[in-house]
Amino acid sequence: MVMSFRSDGLNPPELTIGQKLVSMNWLLVLLIITIAGVGCLMLYSAANGDWTPWAYRHALRFGIGLTVMLAIALVDIRFWMRTAYLGYMVALVLLGLVEIMGEIGMGAQRWIDLGVFQLQPSEVMKIALVLALARYFNGLTYEEVGNPLNLILPLLMVAMPALLVLKQPDLGTALMMIAGSGAIFFLAGVRIWKFLAVIFAGVGAVPIVWQFLREYQQKRILTFLNPESDPLGSGYHILQSKIALGSGGIFGKGFLKGSQSHLNFLPEKQTDFIFTMLAEEFGMVGASALIGLYVLVLAYGFAIAVRSRSQFGRLVALGVTTTLFLYLFINVAMVMGLIPVVGVPLPMISYGGTAMLTMMIGLGLLLGVSVHRDVRIARAGVEED
Amino acid sequence: MLKTSDQDVQRVFTRRALVLAGGKLALIGALGARLYYLQVVEADRYELLSRDNQFNLELLPPIRGRILDRNDVALADNQDNFRVEIVREQTDDVAATLSALRSIIEVPDWDVRRVLKDVKRKRAFVPVTVVENLTREEIARVAVNAPYLPGIRIEVGRSRRYPFADTAVHITGYVAAVSESELTGDPVLELPDFRIGKSGIEKLHDLEMRGTAGRRQVEVNALGRIIRKLPGEDGEPGRDIRLSLDINLQRYATERLARGQAERLPTEDPRAQLALTQADSALRDAYADRATVLVDADGKVVEAESGSAVVMDVHTGELRALASAPGYDPNPFNRGLSAKDWEELLANPRAPLNNKAVAGQYPPGSTFKMLVMLAALESGLAGQDTKFFCPGHLELGDTRFHCWKKYGHGWLDMKQSVAQSCDVYYYELAKRIGIDRISSIAKRFGLGDETGVDLPGERRGLIPTREWKLATQGVPWQMGETLVSAIGQGFTLTTPLQLALMTARLVNGGKAVTPHIEKQSGPPGAVEDMAIDTRHLDAVRAAMSEVVNGERGTARKIQGEKDDVKIAGKTGTAQVRRITMADRLSGAYKNEKPWRYRDHALFVGFGPVEAPRYAVSVVVEHGGGGSSMAAPIAADILREALRIDPPRQPGPTAAAHGSSGDSAEAVRDRPERDG
Repeated sequence: MVMSFRSDGLNPPELTIGQKLVSMNWLLVLLIITIAGVGCLMLYSAANGDWTPWAYRHALRFGIGLTVMLAIALVDIRFWMRTAYLGYMVALVLLGLVEIMGEIGMGAQRWIDLGVFQLQPSEVMKIALVLALARYFNGLTYEEVGNPLNLILPLLMVAMPALLVLKQPDLGTALMMIAGSGAIFFLAGVRIWKFLAVIFAGVGAVPIVWQFLREYQQKRILTFLNPESDPLGSGYHILQSKIALGSGGIFGKGFLKGSQSHLNFLPEKQTDFIFTMLAEEFGMVGASALIGLYVLVLAYGFAIAVRSRSQFGRLVALGVTTTLFLYLFINVAMVMGLIPVVGVPLPMISYGGTAMLTMMIGLGLLLGVSVHRDVRIARAGVEED
Repeated sequence: MLKTSDQDVQRVFTRRALVLAGGKLALIGALGARLYYLQVVEADRYELLSRDNQFNLELLPPIRGRILDRNDVALADNQDNFRVEIVREQTDDVAATLSALRSIIEVPDWDVRRVLKDVKRKRAFVPVTVVENLTREEIARVAVNAPYLPGIRIEVGRSRRYPFADTAVHITGYVAAVSESELTGDPVLELPDFRIGKSGIEKLHDLEMRGTAGRRQVEVNALGRIIRKLPGEDGEPGRDIRLSLDINLQRYATERLARGQAERLPTEDPRAQLALTQADSALRDAYADRATVLVDADGKVVEAESGSAVVMDVHTGELRALASAPGYDPNPFNRGLSAKDWEELLANPRAPLNNKAVAGQYPPGSTFKMLVMLAALESGLAGQDTKFFCPGHLELGDTRFHCWKKYGHGWLDMKQSVAQSCDVYYYELAKRIGIDRISSIAKRFGLGDETGVDLPGERRGLIPTREWKLATQGVPWQMGETLVSAIGQGFTLTTPLQLALMTARLVNGGKAVTPHIEKQSGPPGAVEDMAIDTRHLDAVRAAMSEVVNGERGTARKIQGEKDDVKIAGKTGTAQVRRITMADRLSGAYKNEKPWRYRDHALFVGFGPVEAPRYAVSVVVEHGGGGSSMAAPIAADILREALRIDPPRQPGPTAAAHGSSGDSAEAVRDRPERDG
């Protein structure tokens, strides 16, 4: 295939690694490093002022993640488009494997032990799904998207992993997948009335779905509605988290001085509830600053998407951005008692390998879209002429 | 065409991306609003909850006030209680640590089993007590070996200690754990090692002696583990209670009372061994673990006497000794007495729990005669020279009232009637003056009502009157009862403290002192004068002196040597069971009777005769005769009291005897007290 030069110069020739590095959005990289740095700081505090066991490994993992992110960003975006379905299939098989292993007798298991690290297929799937959907919608005209028949395949692509994840059962991840995919559908131009129809159908299905929820999931939703009714039972986590947040006040209790966190009143302070700890120690000022950092990343995501010349790039960029947003929103809303406890980590801050890796891969793709913003991609991965 | 459709798609994308971004911003705005609500609007509330979470209020039990005698000797104090604890999480192997500990100090098997059970039940960081009440030497051994005893730590608490054990227990009382019904909501009472006074001074002054608890905030984590102790407010130690009691005299009185007429021999003594082989098994068992044995003049083992001895300062009412025998050891109550030991104390026929000095009620017997004499003198119906003839009995209607001396005393004047304790003389006096005058004067001298002493559990005794008889028995007063009352028998009941008080008021010039055991601060207040004719009081004192110092006095045996302090008194023997005519005819009443039917032996006395300083009363329960049993005890105690604390300023009468040996010797004995 021969690359043709556009007279307007908008479709540049193959970029060299050096050119790619130059055009890399380093400010975004810096933002990401800053956020991970905050994560290290908070994990240092979570261990009562110790680099072990969390902060040190978090930094190490982030270092690996950063390398992976930059490597992904440098790879031609068309490569990711070509391998999108393959990646999706692999992730789906892995999810199925977890399901089968779970049924063999390990209860609710979400990961595959690869010896070196534990792979959580549902996390991989979050990115794989974004790529697969972006590839599917890339090149579809607005009219084609309007045809309901053309939506059957992408719906299946979403439904299969979502159901598998739901069966694990991991309500949070399933909802994230559905919401993230919904955003891609929306951006791809699926008609508004179809969304409304799905939403109405969804509301109507609540009583039916309720019956399929495990008891602990039902309980979580119920205690969310009135957490203080049972302060020592299932509402304990939310209540203690709110106490930690509230007692932090505007300026916080100071680094390493969060009494709620350090005295273990706060559950899971190194993972899901790390935002609470930050808000307790640095107050509203610190918490707002962190949210601000995320908003900046989201803004970059939006800018990168809008500037991309390919629908694939646009959808990947906003798909990744939306995934990041969902992590952030669900986690923060959860620890503040706005939504039930669903067990979603705070990206790049919470301790945990897979979630960080997922996000770093996603951000690598976002940077890749930025680097390759002027690459035009036709349907089926063929470059447009 | 492709291009247009691409532009369409891009346009739709951009539009919708803006919508999406707007939605995201709105949601993040919601997060911000929530953050504001929690951290600004509701901050104070959560701040409070956070503190509640973080801090537990720990109460520091106050140090209980001590009980001191008049010379600041502690009768009840607080002892460091060293204990060894084990913390499970600090040792890999609790059993191994315990066996290492056992090679250093003694730990009973029972405790090891309890600890092994307890550490499993409690949380890993909660210390479990292994052994308590260790000596400093044992603690030092544990401390030195600490590196080989992982998980072992030494803690020090405080426990109540009564160094004199049973000697002053009826005064100090004891402390014990708070019972369910005593909880008032004061959190201090709920501390596991808090003790409150259950009897005696410990009970009476419990609130003052408790002090106020300190408070300390303790930072805890979600599991209740103490992270940090913060400085808090210190408690205030309880007030010390200083008594007028002299513990040396108290100890002397208690031992002297218990010994009675017997001799205390070491168990190894051949005479003691011989006596023990002849004793019955119950008595042998009782002495099984004692170092000394009481052996009477006949070489028989006897039980310790029970009864009471009171020594009172006649001018102030201060109690110098208030012995009640037998006593009991208050120390075990601190840790909790076993039900068996408690049952034994309750079932003991000699009632060790009872403070006989204030709660034992006995007929005063002949010790009551001074009051009848005084009543007669005060009434003017008889004088010191009034004489009666004692044929050994008096007929009233068809009833014969006997004198203790079967064949009578012959002619007696008032002084001799006291000295020889003639009953008939007092029947005659009673016939003349009537019951009303007798009971009236008895009440004025402190009988038949609470003396108001600052000790709990005081009994009133009983001085019968016409009104009382009619009200309680529904039958009018009989003349015969007047006669019986005049010799301190019949309905009349007194406590040993009342008898001492009576004696004090008789010999201090008719001052209505009130007894007290707590040392008064400041100068003694004015004491009400009872407005008794001093000549009559002098007559009573002279008569009481005649009892001891007269040739025919019933207590002439306690006169002592020429150099001894001159004392005075009155014997009394109180019948426990009415002597029937059959007994009298057979003479059986004089023979050996079961202990509980024997007469009570009483003696009231004072000394020195010339300048009365101390009054004493002794009641030996079922002790037989007042002159044989009670008088020698009382004399010894009185002389001991005067030896320990001789008169500071020789009175006008004493001055005449100022050069006498006893006084000089006493001054040499304790020169520092005479400054």
